[in-house]
Amino acid sequence: MRNKHNFQILTLIAPSVICLLIWMIVPLLLAINFSFQDFYLQDLSKTGYVGFKNYFYLFNERNFLSSLITTLIFVISIILFTVTLGLALSVLLNQDFYGKGLTRILVISPFLVAPTVAAGIWKLMLMSPTFGLFKWVSKSFGYNPIDWFGDLPLFSIIIIVCWQWLPFALLILLTALQSLPKDQVEAARIDGANELQIFISITINHLKRPIAIVIMLETIFVLNLFAHIYSTTNGGPGNATTNLPYLIYQKALLDYDVGGAAAGGIIAVIFANIVAFFLLSFLSKNIN
Amino acid sequence: MNKRIKKIIIFLTAWLIALIMFFPIYWMISSGFKNEVDVFSKKPKFLFEPTLNTFLTVIDQSDYFHFALNSIIISISATAFSLLLAIPAAYVMSYWPTKRTKFTMLWMLSTNMMPAVGVLMPLFIIYKTLNLLDTKLGLIIIFAMVNLPFMVWMLYTFFSELPFEILEASRVDGAGIYKELILIVIPASYPGVVSTALLSLIFCWNESFWSINLSAANSAPLTAFMASFSNNQGLFWAKLSAASTMTVIPIMLIGWLAQKHLVRGLTFGAVK
Repeated sequence: MRNKHNFQILTLIAPSVICLLIWMIVPLLLAINFSFQDFYLQDLSKTGYVGFKNYFYLFNERNFLSSLITTLIFVISIILFTVTLGLALSVLLNQDFYGKGLTRILVISPFLVAPTVAAGIWKLMLMSPTFGLFKWVSKSFGYNPIDWFGDLPLFSIIIIVCWQWLPFALLILLTALQSLPKDQVEAARIDGANELQIFISITINHLKRPIAIVIMLETIFVLNLFAHIYSTTNGGPGNATTNLPYLIYQKALLDYDVGGAAAGGIIAVIFANIVAFFLLSFLSKNIN
Repeated sequence: MNKRIKKIIIFLTAWLIALIMFFPIYWMISSGFKNEVDVFSKKPKFLFEPTLNTFLTVIDQSDYFHFALNSIIISISATAFSLLLAIPAAYVMSYWPTKRTKFTMLWMLSTNMMPAVGVLMPLFIIYKTLNLLDTKLGLIIIFAMVNLPFMVWMLYTFFSELPFEILEASRVDGAGIYKELILIVIPASYPGVVSTALLSLIFCWNESFWSINLSAANSAPLTAFMASFSNNQGLFWAKLSAASTMTVIPIMLIGWLAQKHLVRGLTFGAVK
């Protein structure tokens, strides 16, 4: 009886575990394997183990270092912007005012737009230096229009990504604010604390965990930033907006350099794992 | 008096910010209802005679339906597939936990943190060998695997919230665990299952990395189609807007519907 029961439990959980195990281990082992080979996609036969050559080339490439820096710029700027603004906006939208529910729907909408669509709309209809709406706005205020993707490519992509991920930070912080202990706030107020003191010592304290989660999840997303770059700058001009994922993509599907791309991929995995380690140890406190 | 001014200021800034955030979406939708002349007028036109022509042209010219159908088939199949795997797993984890449950859950999540580019090359070659490149099945498998961990976590939190009395009754009756899952747990946490499915639909619909890299003319969903559309037809704004609008609207409606549970899914149940 007991055995039958255990067997039944196993049949329920095993499919998930087996699928994920294959999904995780097979490609990763292959990637490690490829990264030590001379391997080009045109003729799959021409393979040979070359030790750390791919890694060595990668580290000596100027593009590689600059792609790491670009990746870092994306992560830091996007997180700084979305978290600070998300925090401010969540406090604002948490107040009582007319049409609160509707504003919330409007504000979270950008998060639901597919990245390739968001990039297309911003690049072609808003930021285009010839016909874009921003050009008209700056002209009507008497300023010269900005050539967004020509002069400020990195910043332009950051704006688009922030437009999509500010709602993410906002939504999570807003939800967290709703469980703010109201009696604590009342007690502090009776004790004569002003709004700023209440905000710092109670609100921020209450939001510490959600903020940490937002930062970690956004880091994982931005480390993988790809579609926005692909559909706006293609990594350019030059390599101004080439981050690590885009560099790997170029190596893989434009240069057909399987070994080099795999080596870059392993570096990306290591980076992501560092972040994932913190996130996982954080979330593990959630399971009882 | 002071309080009233404060209220008015809050009202105005909140609405101003909401409208600014939404403006690009509004601009996209409204441009879809313009003709190509209105959309390119020297001064942007906020008032114009709306027309459905552009939508019709897009549907007529660009195989839009082919790609929309791809999106629908891929999103629904991937969601169904991962739900089928996730529901039993989440049920076991919340009702029959063992010493290993915590580890299993964290390990599942860790597969989600793997950067897609890290395994782009091997998957490309695996798919090439198995003839899965540019097939719907290929994308369905990947999307299901990508979504599985968050679905297990989300369902786990929903299942854990069920009142224990419901289960006790069934256990007294001696119903097996298959019966308990199908007849009691799933019906009782129906809303949770639905919002998990909705969230998975959103993620599948908007997924762009794998669809750009592993699909082409045959199996491309709308995200990949839109990337090439804005490259080729970028100057036809009305068409671009109409195609974008049709890509975004269905999923945005679902997002609004699932709004309440969005956060739980996005944060793996850590924020509710």
